[in-house]
Amino acid sequence: MSVDVLTALPALARRLGGADAVLAGAERLSGGASMETWSFSVEAPGAPRRDLILRRRSAPFDPETSRSTSLAAEAALIAAVSARGAPAPPLVHVCDEADGLGECHVTQKVAGETLGRRIVSDPRFDAVRPKLARQCGEVLAQIHATPPPPEANLKTSDFLAELARYEETYRSTGAERPVLELSFKHLKKHAPPPVEPVLLHGDFRNGNLMIHPETGVAAVLDWELSHIGDPAEDLGWICVNSWRFGRPDRPVGGFGDYAELLAGYEAAGGAPIPLSRVRAWQALGSLKWGVMCLMMYMSWATGTEVSVERPMIGRRVSETEADLVHILEAGL
Amino acid sequence: MITHPRTEELTEAVARWVDSIRPQLGPREAFLARVAANVLGVVGRELTLGPAAQAAATDRLIVLLDHGGGYAELNSELCQRLREGTMDATTPGLLAALKANVLDQLAIDQPNYRHE
Repeated sequence: MSVDVLTALPALARRLGGADAVLAGAERLSGGASMETWSFSVEAPGAPRRDLILRRRSAPFDPETSRSTSLAAEAALIAAVSARGAPAPPLVHVCDEADGLGECHVTQKVAGETLGRRIVSDPRFDAVRPKLARQCGEVLAQIHATPPPPEANLKTSDFLAELARYEETYRSTGAERPVLELSFKHLKKHAPPPVEPVLLHGDFRNGNLMIHPETGVAAVLDWELSHIGDPAEDLGWICVNSWRFGRPDRPVGGFGDYAELLAGYEAAGGAPIPLSRVRAWQALGSLKWGVMCLMMYMSWATGTEVSVERPMIGRRVSETEADLVHILEAGL
Repeated sequence: MITHPRTEELTEAVARWVDSIRPQLGPREAFLARVAANVLGVVGRELTLGPAAQAAATDRLIVLLDHGGGYAELNSELCQRLREGTMDATTPGLLAALKANVLDQLAIDQPNYRHE
């Protein structure tokens, strides 16, 4: 279904702000391949201007086969984790057929920065940067302590299941990459033993965090990959070098150290996690990202996607191979 | 090969033009234009660095597998041996060879990437 978002937004503005409300500025934010993000504002006489974010699925969604949750599930997750004190963007509206926008939801715009490179290197974040790794640990402990909302209908996974799923995907591409082959085999052999699964964000990394230059982590965004699994999965994912934005010396998101992340996690009530577990999930994270890059190239090669972004992402596989070979060299 | 201009000069010229029009574009198109300019950067580096990188990678695979052959067949054989487990991270010289090959590829794909 093709939807002209700009045509449909004025009616949504009236629905949210009343009959006199008008749309004041709307633009698609860059990034996001399967999901569109729009920034827009609603103005109504006598009311303060409301700055909002529309998240909208732009590619077809199959709840049976997709790893993504529905946007309605995402809304339920935001409500559930907010109740436990985790920062998430306040939910304003879940769109229905009357909105004519397809599957989407609206949240308040939270002030801050999401661009990883700026968070890692812009002097505006110098003061708050040393606090971020610890805050990330605290926030993850809050998320992991949240009972999964039943209506979100989340899938459960663990280390070996994730590994098998990505290996199957890799095989389906027909690519032959020695470092990926070695990593699948090595991680299978060195998989950390399973633990009691918890609610996971599933895509907790620098880039999905709204960071305020004074207060730090202001909101955790993009809940579509949420699932139930090993708590170390979320901690390992934010340590994947692909989201350190040129600062491999600061393993947590390019802004902090492992010890700060783990200390924040424990201080907020999270069960202690050994660093070796985080490193194993980090290695699996690099491997997963490498396979995802291959898949994004494949979606272009098979004609499913036409954007120039897709084939170029295929050339990011070598970054994950460089990271993996160094992790294997250091030992797991 | 034609040298006036060389092929990598043509890709560089187009990349510079794409960069020059970026300020006139909306956020989404400007992002894609930056990606397009980066694509041309990869193509340019593959033209200049690719042949030597592939030759060096082939030599490393010949040493590792202890017999001759072309890059594609050697790479395929290495993948099969890693899959079967007859070679692994403890195989002498394996990690060093893989690292050298991957870093040469990274120099083409993303020379500014700072690895783990």
